Amino acid sequence: MARSLEELRKQYNSVSHGTSLRGGGPGRGPGPRGKGKPKEMGKTVKRLLSYVGKYKFRLLLVLLCMLLTTLSSLFGGYLLVPIINRITLAINPAAPLEPSAMAKLADKVIGAFADSALMDALTGNTVATVTVYVIAALIILGTVYLISALGSYIQARLMLSISQNSIQSIRNDLFQKLQTLPVRYFDSHPTGEIMSRFTNDVDNIDVMLNNSLTSIVSGVISLVGTFIFMLTTNVWLTVVTIVFIPILIFAVGVIAKNSSKYYGAQQAALGAVNGYIEETVSGQKVVKVFNHEDECVEEFHLINEDLRQKQEKAQFWGGVTGPIMHNISLISYAVTLGVGGILIVTTGFTPGELTAFANYSKQFSMPISQLSMQFSALFAALAGAERVFKVIDETPEEPDPRDASEEKIEGHVIMKDVTFGYVQEKTVLKNISLYAKPGQKIAFVGSTGAGKTTVTNLLNRFYDIESGEITIDGKPLKSYKREFLRENIAMVLQDTHLFTGTVMENIRYGRLDATDDEVIAAAKTASAHSFIMRLKDGYNTVLEGDGANLSQGQRQLLNIARAALSKAPILVLDEATSSVDTRTERHIEHGMDRLMKNRTTFVIAHRLSTVRNANAIMVLEKGEIIERGDHDDLLAMKGRYYELYTGMKELD
Amino acid sequence: MKRWFKYIRPYLLSFILGPLGMITEVIGEMFMPLVLAAIINEGEAGTLTRSSSIGYAAILAGIVLLMMAGGVAGAYFGSKASVNFAADLRCDVYSKIQGYSFANIDKFSTSSLVTRMTNDVTQVQNFVNMLLRMALRSPGMLIGGIIMAVALKPSLSVVLAVTMPIMIIVILVLIRISFPRFGIMQKKIDKLNSTVRENVTNVRVVKSFVREDFEINKFEEDNRDLKESGMNAVKVMIWMGPVMTVFMYATVIAVIWFGHGIVLDGGMQIGDLSAFVAYTMQILSSLMMVTMLLMTSSRALASGRRICEVLDEKIDIEDHLAKEREKRVEKGEIEFKNVSFRYYKNSEEAVLENIDLKIKAGSTVGIIGSTGCGKTTLISMIPRLYDTDEGEVLVDGVNVKDYSLTNLRDGIGIVLQKNLLFSGSIADNLRWGDMNASDDDMASAARSSCADKFVSSFADGYDTELEKGGLNLSGGQKQRLCIARALLKKPKILILDDSTSAVDTATEAQIREAFRNDLPDCTKIIIAQRISSVKDADEIIVMNDGKITGIGTHDELLDNNTEYTEIYYSQMDKKEA
Repeated sequence: MARSLEELRKQYNSVSHGTSLRGGGPGRGPGPRGKGKPKEMGKTVKRLLSYVGKYKFRLLLVLLCMLLTTLSSLFGGYLLVPIINRITLAINPAAPLEPSAMAKLADKVIGAFADSALMDALTGNTVATVTVYVIAALIILGTVYLISALGSYIQARLMLSISQNSIQSIRNDLFQKLQTLPVRYFDSHPTGEIMSRFTNDVDNIDVMLNNSLTSIVSGVISLVGTFIFMLTTNVWLTVVTIVFIPILIFAVGVIAKNSSKYYGAQQAALGAVNGYIEETVSGQKVVKVFNHEDECVEEFHLINEDLRQKQEKAQFWGGVTGPIMHNISLISYAVTLGVGGILIVTTGFTPGELTAFANYSKQFSMPISQLSMQFSALFAALAGAERVFKVIDETPEEPDPRDASEEKIEGHVIMKDVTFGYVQEKTVLKNISLYAKPGQKIAFVGSTGAGKTTVTNLLNRFYDIESGEITIDGKPLKSYKREFLRENIAMVLQDTHLFTGTVMENIRYGRLDATDDEVIAAAKTASAHSFIMRLKDGYNTVLEGDGANLSQGQRQLLNIARAALSKAPILVLDEATSSVDTRTERHIEHGMDRLMKNRTTFVIAHRLSTVRNANAIMVLEKGEIIERGDHDDLLAMKGRYYELYTGMKELD
Repeated sequence: MKRWFKYIRPYLLSFILGPLGMITEVIGEMFMPLVLAAIINEGEAGTLTRSSSIGYAAILAGIVLLMMAGGVAGAYFGSKASVNFAADLRCDVYSKIQGYSFANIDKFSTSSLVTRMTNDVTQVQNFVNMLLRMALRSPGMLIGGIIMAVALKPSLSVVLAVTMPIMIIVILVLIRISFPRFGIMQKKIDKLNSTVRENVTNVRVVKSFVREDFEINKFEEDNRDLKESGMNAVKVMIWMGPVMTVFMYATVIAVIWFGHGIVLDGGMQIGDLSAFVAYTMQILSSLMMVTMLLMTSSRALASGRRICEVLDEKIDIEDHLAKEREKRVEKGEIEFKNVSFRYYKNSEEAVLENIDLKIKAGSTVGIIGSTGCGKTTLISMIPRLYDTDEGEVLVDGVNVKDYSLTNLRDGIGIVLQKNLLFSGSIADNLRWGDMNASDDDMASAARSSCADKFVSSFADGYDTELEKGGLNLSGGQKQRLCIARALLKKPKILILDDSTSAVDTATEAQIREAFRNDLPDCTKIIIAQRISSVKDADEIIVMNDGKITGIGTHDELLDNNTEYTEIYYSQMDKKEA
């Protein structure tokens, strides 16, 4: 019975969970990072800059600090040369030294400082000149590094506040935009996808602003700086170093190609394994009652083996990047030393300068491999930013007309020939016409997908209709201010969702200015009071994770309480008590009656007993009203409603 | 440690060769400054020649090539070792979980088991990988650097003895301050994410109550909190770089200062001084790496502990003491003798209290009662999903503990309340009941559970692929497939735990009818909410607070059981009114 590897891979691959393995890919070496390259880089960069650009002065300061830091640490390296030269000369005055221009300059600076009155005062002319020279050099060296450290701190601190503030504004903009988007947007974009804008994408931008950007800039500065220092030290040795760059780049290319290939295979296999674990372990109890443990182990072995093979390759290629790159640069170092030795013999090149150059040559390769790493992070961030901006650019709900009405609503609802589809090709509602007088109760009955919920969604303009007309108190829906309209329609929705917060806060969502007493009264109306009192902290119990600690029925009662708090003249109950057990449902009947009194109410219910006393019942099928009338009329008709009521047909 | 060695042993060679390759690299690196020093010393003494320069470069290049070989080998064996280690571990954990009883599963919760198997195993794998490839490197560089430095000039090494401890203390202080702050930041991130998630899932609620501005304010507050806590944490960490720079160069300056005196006195060659400087830098930066490694390892250790918990869990239901291993369930007679049970051994109220019950083979029994009264617990005792605390459960007159688990559960078909289907086709899912079931077997089981019709209406029929957990089916359809799956086991006892709640009453009646005709010899136990589901049963058991308050037929109970009557009227009178 155990499935083949092919089948397992096919079935579980889509259920990827993104537990990525370090060392195999992103972040290490120029491997495959983000999916999706940024398409409109120029535009995206410009927009990102508009967030960061607010801090122009600080940015300038950051750049200055970076220059200062990088140059001073480069220069610091150079200061070692004259020290070593001077000591060499002190021991062996005949040493064939012919310092470079830069070394001479440094020597002069140190010399001048050593001869200054300050140094005289410090040493009191009691020590040898060499020592005075070394002291002077070390003081300068110390100062330079202190400046470098200070600069790098200031730079990091400034950049931190710039990036955090920018990220904060980006998040705010994103969230604000989200609040104005039409419901349609959320229909077509899964929660996970929207969430990943806030998590992955914004995080990538954060990393870029905090690390990549500064690394790239300082990398470039130090590359250029090192190059200049190398040139001034010795042209020939510089040439040797440069020759190795194409080799390095070639090696990077080969490794990146392989590692991206195997990394992809690894991720797919890992996705399958994780998907399999997720499903079978979640369903462990079913596995047990069917004695299915051995088959599961067998199948698991199969995909785990597959992962093992893929991972070995991916991890190898990921791991080999570092050593190869590092050692190629060390070969360049070795050649540099050899050529440097020859230069010492043949020209006046000094050992001190060779020390400095050797260090530079090591430093030179570092920014190159670092830059290639940072660029992939940069691209990932830009691709993320592009996706974030795409959300910010979505068209929001159509703005209200200028003269939008906010006149008190009585609750006289008329639908005339309403036809609607969520997507163009598929009509969900066809020619729906109905009316409801203030205080009347209208019920909708029908199978899932018949269009019941859609009718109510049109009422509060979650969606706008294409043809036909809906009026409230004689005025078309669109002439009302959208917010005002929604405030006047209280809804208890099919999916019961609660917010993290106390029970009190959750009910108060219905009307923010409600007093505690009003909240409690609403809870009593919904028969929620008694179970709330049994919770740990009563009304102050904090609900977490969408009220996971409540039963579905209890959550529905809270939702009803929320609506009961609202004073809206129109009420929509969409399967409001579907999960409440029959005994409790009878308890709340009274409260519900009170709730519906004086309000125009639209009720959708699966259990027909709940809609029996409606003024009118609409039986919907495939988007059309096929029967209408009150309970007795419909029973007398002996049509669909009759079949449903007597249990002859099922509602799906 | 002994536990982990099990996963190391088969790949011992890789576990040794991996670090060995890395050490080759480290040793090579250790010698490089020596070559530099030699060139400089000779250059300074004027003894350097062209050929000796080329010689030095060749030696160096040779060392580098060895290092590269070491590095590549290290990567090869290191990844081999860590990947295989993790793959074996994953397999063991998975097998272990397969042996878990329901109580074991409850203790961990399935979602936590999933995280342990995915995240935690990955954490440990990354750690092993790092340990083999990086961890030995930094301490190697550190120790090697110290050895070389001391060998070069012991007296100068005193400088390091002073600066190293100070540096370690400073790093630790920074970590101590920032770590809790990162913890706070993580909490704020979680909070912000949950606000967003709630808003996205609750978008209709937000819009229908016109709470957009309210939500925006809430979000902006969370966002501000997050920014501040983030700044607070990172603020400390950004001291790390500059502080390290200062330490590093303060040490270098001290080395040059003391060193130059030694050189001038002729106690040391100038080239050795520059080599010493190079070692100093190497020692200090490795020291920083080692501290960082220790920091990250704490996370992996926590994961390791969580995995050990899974592996060490004592499985509380086993059958190696079973006395009648060969016995199979043949008739389907059930008896509860004074059974008591509680999920938490120290909880005061028992979930089942002194239950005595006899169910005849082949009869149909309904169980009814409010949520949490112990219905599900009661039937869980029959296939030994949980063991009784007191009393015993007998099937065909034999204590369930004396059956082998496989034989016992093979004889009992159970449809759990939270029924689950798996990825794969409908046929794949049905074959869970009987892996050798023919197409006809499947169709007949599906007919009995009224699933045949809708399955046939799909374009691919029984080969229709189910999306994750059957997302493309309605609740009622899923329930009917789950029943068919249980029927395929051809059980002697069939238990339905509220498994027709989403099926309409007419279809449910058909299923009951099919049971009567197709499974006359099978004992059928039906837990239900609706009176109509159990009305025709041979016996109905009414439960309340872990006790049986009444047993009888529908009519008998209407006469003498107030609770049953109450439930009945809550469901019936509306229809009649």
